[in-house]
Amino acid sequence: MKYLVLVMAGLWRRKLRTALTLFSVLVAFVLFAYLSAIRVGLGQGVDVAGADRMFVWHAVSLAQPLPVSYLDRIRRIPGVKLVIHQSWFGGVYQDPKNFFAQMPVEPEPFLQMYPEYLLPEEQKEAWLRTRTGAIVGRRTAERFGFKIGDRIPLQTGIWMKEDGSTTWEFDIVGIFDGAKPGTDLTPMFFRYDYFDETRGVGKGLVGWYVVRVEDPSLAPAVARAIEREFANSSAEVKAESEKAFLQSWAKQIGDIGLILTAILSAVFFTILLVAGNTMAQSVRERTAELGVLKAMGFTHGQVLGLVLAESCLLSGTGCVLGLALGWLATAGGDPTGGALPVFYFPGKDMAAGLGLGLLLGLASGALPAWQAMRLRVAEALRRH
Amino acid sequence: MSAVDSKTGAGVGGAVAEGTPLVRLRGVEKVYERGAAPVRVLERLDLDVARGEFLALMGPSGSGKSTLLNLIGGLDRPTRGAVIVGGVRVDRLDETQLAAWRARHVGFVFQFYNLLPALSAARNVELPLLLTSLSRAERRRRVETALRIVGLAHRLRHHPGQLSGGEQQRVGIARAIVTDPTLLMCDEPTGDLDRQSAEAVLDLLQSLCRRHGKTIIMVTHDPHASARADRTVYLYKGRVVEELPA
Repeated sequence: MKYLVLVMAGLWRRKLRTALTLFSVLVAFVLFAYLSAIRVGLGQGVDVAGADRMFVWHAVSLAQPLPVSYLDRIRRIPGVKLVIHQSWFGGVYQDPKNFFAQMPVEPEPFLQMYPEYLLPEEQKEAWLRTRTGAIVGRRTAERFGFKIGDRIPLQTGIWMKEDGSTTWEFDIVGIFDGAKPGTDLTPMFFRYDYFDETRGVGKGLVGWYVVRVEDPSLAPAVARAIEREFANSSAEVKAESEKAFLQSWAKQIGDIGLILTAILSAVFFTILLVAGNTMAQSVRERTAELGVLKAMGFTHGQVLGLVLAESCLLSGTGCVLGLALGWLATAGGDPTGGALPVFYFPGKDMAAGLGLGLLLGLASGALPAWQAMRLRVAEALRRH
Repeated sequence: MSAVDSKTGAGVGGAVAEGTPLVRLRGVEKVYERGAAPVRVLERLDLDVARGEFLALMGPSGSGKSTLLNLIGGLDRPTRGAVIVGGVRVDRLDETQLAAWRARHVGFVFQFYNLLPALSAARNVELPLLLTSLSRAERRRRVETALRIVGLAHRLRHHPGQLSGGEQQRVGIARAIVTDPTLLMCDEPTGDLDRQSAEAVLDLLQSLCRRHGKTIIMVTHDPHASARADRTVYLYKGRVVEELPA
């Protein structure tokens, strides 16, 4: 710690240059945090997907429905612990831009399947009692000001009611929260029995199935068994883990990870040059001062350490401030109003960012520190 | 030959007999390899400096004054010959041992002061003490003592930019003496100062020699400065001469 004053002196020698470099590093790490949140958003919660859950959908396309009768057949397959079905409702609230996901489900098995949705017991009871009842995620409830007891109309272009109307009304009976960060708090779930009885078309059909296996290690075998069960039928199925399903869904718009990695690589390479240049200039300007330190008795290793500490402090400060600002910027959730329902800066990316900050400090200071270490005292003192 | 402790710089080769010169140079040569032709800067030079002596080194540019200062101060190594300071063969120490030896036994004063502009006078003076295991309070006490000796106790918190050239050089001297070294190496300490400031700095150096027993070797071009020394050694083309040619 006693050398900190010397490290700070090096940084404060040119305050404006240090401040600008610090700002560049900070901006890079804000970008890092924001792009991480976008990656999570475009991955639709891949990071929080259950390891023991798998999706079963029509082998032709997710848009093709499956018979609801598959439910019992899937349930009977060895290794299957729980199975539920879901369907895409595709409604909007008041205006087409007010989109959020809605799905009809069977309440009790649904809540067993998704324990990450936290719903108070009395609200669960209300949902079981109310045929037109719906539960909605906290984020969407706050977005539209939904309260328990509200009756809300949704319009859908997919599901016409038996009376020919496309406007459906639901009673909000519950608002759920997430048990872990990254839980999608934007969808609304309502009762399948109400949905199936009221719709004019597609009765007895569902969108896809979600299966919980008894042991995640059994998932591949169970998936193959499910696919075999419906082979050569009119509606063959494809089964995959929830994570793989979400990843393949995300890849429909490209390899997000690769694109973001390419952008961040370019950003950090530029920042490496900026920070490296700052350190190189700083050391070059201080050749005589470094010579004086060595004349006083500072060893080559100590001078190397001082320059590296300086570059690490510069990059580290920018990194920590940038990540903190990035975290604050993403803490507000989805900035798009519905396109990225899961939007947050994951802890493991935060840790990776801190590691990147340290690496940036070491890399940008390595060459100047090496030069400072090799500086011969007599020659350094001649350069004034 | 006992080695110098790489951390403390202690163990400078055993006790030096009373009357033995503090600095002894025997047959010292320094040759720089620059391109094809080697440049001989010092030639078979012998020199003794007594303990507590104030020695001035004079000579034209390129005569080898600064090179000689660097060899005695352990900043450079001779090509041949022996450099013995306080009984230690300085020319035989490795880099780490030399650094520790300099930290313990030598203080440097430079023509352009070489203070760190972002640090206060006190912080600049404290720098050599960072290499010791002294407590913060003890470092502060020694810094105040050194600045009091050079007459700048009231300028502790001032930064170099807020001090005159003479004051900056006195801070440089305080930094050189704060570890209480045996030997002070001064490379043209008055070369960048006006006459009045130069006289004040020379008064201070004389006082450090007379009252505090420091051995001072000062490179200078200024006859007024050399007149303050106990003895002047003239260098000409890398050799010690009786007097400089006109």
